[in-house]
Amino acid sequence: MAKKIHVTSTINGEPIEFLCDARQSLLEVLRDTLDFTGAKEGCNNGNCGACTVLLDGLPVDSCLVLGVEVEGAKITTIEGIAREAHLHPIQQCFLEDAALQCGICTPGFIMSTKALLDSNPNPSEHEIRFQLSGNLCRCTGYDKIIRAVQDSAKALSAGVERGGTKATQPDGRRAAKKQPQAR
Amino acid sequence: MASSTGDNKKYKVIGTRPIRHDGADKVTGRAIYGSDVRLNGAVHGKILRSPHAHAQIKSIDTSAAEKLPGVCAVATGADFPDLKDKIANLGEGAVNLAHLSANVLAHRKVLYKGHAVAAVAATNPHVAEEALKLIKVEYEPLESVTWVLDAMRAGAPLLHDNVVTNSMGKKADKPSNVPTHIHFEMGKVDEAFAKADIVIEREYKTASVHQGYIEPHVATALWNEDGHLTLWTSTQGSFTARQQTAELLQIPISRVTVVPCEIGGGFGGKIAVYLEHVAAMLSRKCGRPVKMTMNRDEVFEGTGPTPGSFVRVKLGATKTGQLVAGEAYLAYDAGAFPGGMIGPGCMCVFSCYEIPNARVDGYDVLANKPKTQAYRAPGATQAAFACESMMDELAEKLGIDPIELRLRNAAKEGTRRVDGPTYPRVGFIETLQAAKASEHWKSPLKGPHRGRGIASGYWFNIGLKSSAAGNVNPDGTVSLIEGSTDIGGTRTSVAMQLAETLGIAAEEVMPRVADTDGVGYTDVTGGSRVTFATGLAAYEVGLDIRRQMTERAALVFKCDPAAVECVDGMYKANGKSLTFRELAGKLGQTGGPVVGRAAVDPEGPSNGFGTHIVDVEVDPETAKVTILRYTVIQDAGRAIHPSYVEGQMQGGAVQGIGWALNEEYVFDDQGRMQNPNYLDYRMPTALDVPMIETIIVEVPNPAHPYGVRGVGETPIVAPPAAIAAAIYKATGVRARELPISPPRLWAAMAAKKP
Ligand code: FES
Ligand code: FES
Repeated sequence: MAKKIHVTSTINGEPIEFLCDARQSLLEVLRDTLDFTGAKEGCNNGNCGACTVLLDGLPVDSCLVLGVEVEGAKITTIEGIAREAHLHPIQQCFLEDAALQCGICTPGFIMSTKALLDSNPNPSEHEIRFQLSGNLCRCTGYDKIIRAVQDSAKALSAGVERGGTKATQPDGRRAAKKQPQAR
Repeated sequence: MASSTGDNKKYKVIGTRPIRHDGADKVTGRAIYGSDVRLNGAVHGKILRSPHAHAQIKSIDTSAAEKLPGVCAVATGADFPDLKDKIANLGEGAVNLAHLSANVLAHRKVLYKGHAVAAVAATNPHVAEEALKLIKVEYEPLESVTWVLDAMRAGAPLLHDNVVTNSMGKKADKPSNVPTHIHFEMGKVDEAFAKADIVIEREYKTASVHQGYIEPHVATALWNEDGHLTLWTSTQGSFTARQQTAELLQIPISRVTVVPCEIGGGFGGKIAVYLEHVAAMLSRKCGRPVKMTMNRDEVFEGTGPTPGSFVRVKLGATKTGQLVAGEAYLAYDAGAFPGGMIGPGCMCVFSCYEIPNARVDGYDVLANKPKTQAYRAPGATQAAFACESMMDELAEKLGIDPIELRLRNAAKEGTRRVDGPTYPRVGFIETLQAAKASEHWKSPLKGPHRGRGIASGYWFNIGLKSSAAGNVNPDGTVSLIEGSTDIGGTRTSVAMQLAETLGIAAEEVMPRVADTDGVGYTDVTGGSRVTFATGLAAYEVGLDIRRQMTERAALVFKCDPAAVECVDGMYKANGKSLTFRELAGKLGQTGGPVVGRAAVDPEGPSNGFGTHIVDVEVDPETAKVTILRYTVIQDAGRAIHPSYVEGQMQGGAVQGIGWALNEEYVFDDQGRMQNPNYLDYRMPTALDVPMIETIIVEVPNPAHPYGVRGVGETPIVAPPAAIAAAIYKATGVRARELPISPPRLWAAMAAKKP
């Protein structure tokens, strides 16, 4: 068997080193080597977006990126956007707007939404639909997802620090709201 | 926009929109789905699949694969018990175990491209894939057939030489591709047609479509040294997965534990097992946990699509639009093994209307496709596409508004369906009235190449068995243990019913889905049954807890339990009172823990009706159909958590839009699927649909304490007919074949041009 390749990158702000085969995708490395199982595999060929992560701030299907390609890159996964026991406003809006049913597509949608709102803080409905058209959801019919993105845009522009993973609490109303019990 | 016609004022929890209990786990990526299970020492299993749609297996040689370094075990059909034609009831219907077994790993013959032939476990999935290439299978290819009417023809290639037609109990004497013929009849059909003022008859076709859940099938098995098998799997029903696996391996169910993981969508396609017992066999052979995950093409080619269908319907009516007679012929393909969705198709074809004289003939037909599985209201959408499209034509021919025509014939309390049952109180008329009163229906639709359509749909919504238990905690919360795997927020809709019953907040109930050793028997999450039946179990858990808490309150108050009153979570007697929480804090001094429990098996369907309105625009150059506006109106009985009720209505409608406009299995002349990936099997994206408006109608179900009817399946039934009606208004073309994809519609539009 061919020798494994040593890769150094930054994941959710932490420097990480790993060994991988040349043929392993970033998705495989994240899930199976590094245990970041928040990125999901729906198709393994770039058609569903469930595996979306941010690579140097841009959304990518991690199933289409090779592990060896992320040498020196900064990666953000779904695990890296909530901070200090507070959900990111996008995560909070997805919950409040009931924008998930089975939830398998949700990490990918949240990452694509983050990339969208980082570059376009006030997108139109069409821009949202266009930017999210690489993420498939079979459960919701998209309606509540689009609304959650619209509400996220409002929450983020209402004074919450944007443009990175440093988002703290959203506005007071949301912060005061009772958190559900995690299972 | 969502609105509701119901009055939930008397409830504190029901009708509110709390954040779902498993929400934080699901938006942070922490929830454990089937593929997120990690066991020490696990190896990876992969399946070799048939390249032929129909072939005899002459030999399988696995010796080279077994020698590849890293390969831990290899299995073929020969490793599994040879099951005779034993019929087992798996909760949502009976299954012939020999067929189930041959479907998940072929014996002697492959019956569709993608049919599993052998399996390998190896230290990593890439090695397992390499090992598959080393397995030598010698096939003798046979002629194949995929279209249902071709499969019924005399001289068609026979899939099974031991299947004969069973026609209402009478068995034929020679083998056939038609395992079952169903016949329903009531009234004097021929006489009624003869007397009708108008009779129309049309034919409709639909292609096979897939459930399309984003999470591929996955299972991890550990066959322990003590002989106990544990399965971590993505399933709609842990108990049915347990039973199927035990039957396929011929071991007692007590030796199998199924741990249901979070499930990334099912829609009916994750009830039958595919991987579980194969992973188990590989685990037994190599002594390590074995994890198996399908690729997307395996999901398309190896798991259940919904039937392709041919439906012919004849309707007779009076000049004033009273339906007097109906006749339907339905042929649905079952895929490679008997037992498709023809039964519900036959029951649903006329289920929206009161037709005094009706006759239905249905045929279950074998074809070289994966064994069909349930898909959201299985069998109903194909039938409704036919019947509802004809209602639209009839309305046009009679010059009656399509809602008005439906109102004149709508099924209501006392209407008898052609297959026998008589409806109790149902809410179909209310959905039609709400449609008529809706802003959407009343708004003008302007512009060229545009049209508006309407159609209705029905699904039974089943009951079946559910168990639940509630443990009262000293802080006044209740841990709720249930057996229904949660695919779309049912932890919360079930917990809310317990909270309502106890007079506590939704957040004070902590729902947990237990494994098959941790909760009583519970049927599948399917049939729109969980909020109805498991909700009923939660309600009864609440009554049981309330009874016990009343006894404890009597001890504290030093009075007779009969003197204790329980109102809104307050326990009162002799002018003294205790809240639920205060009383919960005293359990330690009044006899110990309180555990409520319930097991239910409600009978009869709860009958869900819906009506959909759609506006479309058709591009005159390319025939691409754009959905401009869409409204779903549905009777939910009672919406426990309205957001998730709306979500079901919206999600079902969009699946129906995909079915209507794009989705289909495309086969080549050798019966091989040409589009087993999401790029070519074109499901709707966010860009393909508008916001989906919802109007929840609430006509409480008399058979449920809170009036729940179930909502999940009905919304997929109406879309194809509603969209076809809208396309007709836009183009003048009556589309009678699904999907109404651009090439098909373009050809019909071109043929119409002078
Ligand atoms: S798994 Fe990467 S796009 Fe589907
Ligand atoms: S919530 Fe199930 S796929 Fe989106």
